[in-house]
Formats: sequence, C-alpha cells, structure tokens
Amino acid sequence: MTDTRMTDPAANWMGQPWTPIAGDPALEFSDVSKTFQDGTRALDRTSFTVAPGEFVTVVGPSGCGKSTLLRIASGLERPTTGSITVDRSSLGYVFQDATLLQWRTVRKNVALFAELDKMPRADRERRVSENIELVGLNGFEDKYPKQLSGGMRMRASLARSLVMEPDLFLFDEPFGALDEITRERLNDELLGLFQRKGFGALFITHSIYEAVFLSTRVLVMSARPGRIVASFDVPFEYPRSHELRFDPDFAALSGEVSRALRGESA
Amino acid sequence: MSDATMSEIVDTAGDDLVEAPLVSHEERRKLEWISIVGPVVVFAAFVGLWYFMHHWGLRHLFDKPGHLMPPVHDILYDSFVRRVPQPDGSDYIARSDLIRALEWTAIVAFVGLAASIVLGIVLAVVMNRAAWLERTAWPYLIAMQAIPILAIVPILGSIFGYEPSTRILVCVMIALFPIVSNTLFGLQSVDRSQHDLFTLKGVSRMTRLFKLEFPAAMPAIFAGFRISAGLSVIGAVVGELFFRQGGRGIGIVMDKFRSRAQWTLTYGALLLTCLLGIAVFLLFSWISKRAIGKWHDSAHSS
Repeated sequence: MTDTRMTDPAANWMGQPWTPIAGDPALEFSDVSKTFQDGTRALDRTSFTVAPGEFVTVVGPSGCGKSTLLRIASGLERPTTGSITVDRSSLGYVFQDATLLQWRTVRKNVALFAELDKMPRADRERRVSENIELVGLNGFEDKYPKQLSGGMRMRASLARSLVMEPDLFLFDEPFGALDEITRERLNDELLGLFQRKGFGALFITHSIYEAVFLSTRVLVMSARPGRIVASFDVPFEYPRSHELRFDPDFAALSGEVSRALRGESA
Repeated sequence: MSDATMSEIVDTAGDDLVEAPLVSHEERRKLEWISIVGPVVVFAAFVGLWYFMHHWGLRHLFDKPGHLMPPVHDILYDSFVRRVPQPDGSDYIARSDLIRALEWTAIVAFVGLAASIVLGIVLAVVMNRAAWLERTAWPYLIAMQAIPILAIVPILGSIFGYEPSTRILVCVMIALFPIVSNTLFGLQSVDRSQHDLFTLKGVSRMTRLFKLEFPAAMPAIFAGFRISAGLSVIGAVVGELFFRQGGRGIGIVMDKFRSRAQWTLTYGALLLTCLLGIAVFLLFSWISKRAIGKWHDSAHSS
C-alpha cells in the first residue's frame, strides 16, 4: 500500500500496460474446491491471486461455478477444501441485479453500507453525494428504484460500494442484463473509476469482449466442475478508449480467449 | 476516460429512463371514469331492485309482506331524522341511540384490531425467526381460522362472562390470522440477494429485521391490516348478537329492533355497520398509501 499509485493512481496510467503493485495480494485462492450438499461439484482446486489494484476477469460458460467463486470470495459461501486470503473489511460488491432496497431512495440506497458500518453522519452524507455525482446520478437522488432504468440501478449499486472506498471490488456479471449500448457505456465508466480510484477487481462475466476490454488479466474457467484452464495478460495500456474494441490486437486476443473457452467446453 | 467523456455520460444518463407506461394515458382515464360511474350504476340498480321488492317482489314472489324490506327513504328517515314523541313529553330519536351504539362497537373493533396487530406481528416475527415454532404454531392458526366463530361465542360468554374483554377476544380470534399469515409471508419473501447484502455486512438480527425484513414486508403487512380491519368490525358486531348484557353495541341494538319488528331501524343499524367497515378499510388504505405508495405499486388507490 506504499506504492505511489495508491495515492496518485493517475500516475500509473499514462501510456503503459498495467504492472503489478508490490505487496500482499488483495485476494488469494489456494486449491479451493466446493461441493454442494446435493453432490454438485462447483469448483475444483482453483488457485489464483488478485494483486492490489489489479483488474482480473473470470470468463466461463453458464453454470461453470463463476458465481460460486465470487460467493466464496465474499464469504457468503465456505469452501469445501482449500483456503482463501482476503481482507473482508474492505470489499465492494456489485451483483447480477442491482439489489437496491426498493423502499429507499437512490440517496438512501447509496448510503446503506455506510449506515450499516455506522459511518459518522456528516462523513457519510458527504461521501454519498460525491459518489452519486461520480456515477452520474445527480438529479436522481430522491427517486425510488422502480423509477430508474436498469443501467441507472447499476450505477446506484456501484456508488453504494464506492462510498466505502474498497480495496477490492467483486463484480458478478453486473451488466449481463443490460442492453449492449448501456453495457459498453458502463464499461467505459467503470474503467474511468478503476483508474481514478485504483481499486483491485475480480469481475465475473460471460462476455469475452467485456473481459478483454476491462481487465489486466483474463482467467478462463471450464464447465462444471469449474477450474481455471487458461490465463491471459491483457497488454493494452490505460486509459483505454472505446475504440480499442475495433483494434486488430483486441480481436486477436479475444479470439485466443474464445478458443481457450471452446477447447474446454467442447 | 477523460473528463469530457465522463460529463457526456452524465448528460445522457437520463436517456434510458424513459419507458413506455404499461397502460396508456387514455386507457387510465377511462378506467378512472369507470371506477366512479360503475359503482354508481350498481348502487342505483340495487336501490331500484329494493323498491321493486318492497312494492311487488316480496308479496308476489315470496308471499311475504312488503314491509320486510321497507322503502329506502323510510329507512333513512326513521333511523336518522325522525323524532317520536313519548308519553312523558320527551322525543325519542333513534339516531342518537344508533350513533352511541356504533361508537361502542367501533371502540371494541379498534381495540380488537390493535390487539390483533400487536399480537399478530409479534407472532409472525417469532415464527419467522424459529422454523420449529412456525411448524408448531401453524396448524393451530389454521384450526382457529376454521372454528365457526358464531358457534363458540356463547361458550366464550359462559366462560369469561359477557364483558367487553370477551368481545375483544372474539375480534382477535377472527382478525388475527390474516395479520399473522400476511406478515409471515412478507418477512419470508425478502430477496435472497438482499439478504446477502446484510449478511456481507455482518449485521445483527435486529438490524436485519428493522432495516430489511420489516420494510420489505410492509406491502404484505398492510394488505393484512386491510383484511383484518373489516373482519374486526364483523367480529365486534357478531359477538354482540349474543351479548344481551353490558354496553349496547350496534349488534345489540340491531337485534332489539329486529325482535320488535322495527324494520326501518334494523336496516338503519345494518347500514351504519357497513359504513363503519368501509370507513375502517378506507382508513387503512389511506395509511398504506401514505406509508408505502411512493415505492410500491399495488398500494390500493381506493
């Protein structure tokens, strides 16, 4: 955490590929397996690490245990065997659906984690306002979730965790239910936040392009029982323009990831 | 991302807010119009049928005298306007008898409902917390629901005496179940993913109850209140039909008029009872709308 990029994240991003920050990993899976009570084997001896400030994406076919991986990382599930190392006091979460509380306004929803963690009121209110603005929801503070579109709900969900300034974000297919245009826009925005805030991320998706576009490293998972079968470093420098999606190198890397995926699921 | 693209995104953030409403504006206006005109037409038809029965139907179809269904204007006049001179020089005004009786019944119904709400919610919370308690108590709640309340009112009266508290007990027996079942249903239908949020934050049982389960259950809880409010009024009146002693509720007064063949006044008492039931229902609909209407669609508009 003494790395200068944590205090001045922008310094790291000027025209270089991402390089690891020294220090203990933000998240470490060692030989983690998970077998559910009905006998389903969701994960099989999975090992990987997420370095501080690293954006790691896991792609895999539906039902390959990606979500289980994330639930174990967050502490919602316990592994059957193996161990994980993570500082749970500094985690952010964005799930498949926005999981906003429908009786709370945007402002109150964004304040939820801070409220549950008993953050002092003045501090909380300031951070809530800042982060609502950061995700572009200013003007919608007093709306209820049912009045928002899917994309806006996701922004609120993101802001709710940003308030806590987490060191590591866990994303479980957060944009999977959105239309492509909204999804790309939110991808761009998420990268902006990643550069600005310097958090680490473990991002689950079934979209290869989303994975390659966002991350510093892509892990490919096989179908059940889920196992990490390939790992790709993504060399593209930050900031990444949305034009990157049409770059030949981008297409080539996406193709490699795709082949790795198909090789396993066939 | 540069600041320019950020602000661009901010500007367009509202674009995807626009959604086509499920019911078009015109259709909704039509529905609103029908919700006023429809009931009025039904009411007029009902009153028309009533007069028909009085003048012709009862005598020719059922071989009964027409005064068993007295004309509506007579019911209203006798019950709420008329002064009958008494031998001692004073006037008997049925209205003041009826209103006083209604007040008494309303108090019993309200106390019964309040007791049902407190007891019902506590019971639901406890049952929600301990599965074994839910499994144990549930059959008896169903059984209580199946008891013909009319049949056991005299028994309750014999045991506990014809006190106001026995009347309240009758109300609770009839109004409790919808509150317990609705509250329990509401507490148990909280999204699993929302539970996960609170689990991740390692909150206490109390925090989970008051910040997640209760707010999420509110629409179901209020639906239970609305049902039980009506039932509580029925419980209060039904109880009274067997209570000849004690305070004079509207049920007692109604029975007295019926036994004296004062049909206009009997119907007047019945009308007041209905109005009380409707008023209680509307009150709870209003409270419900105030409490959850902003975020929940199905809070009744009526």
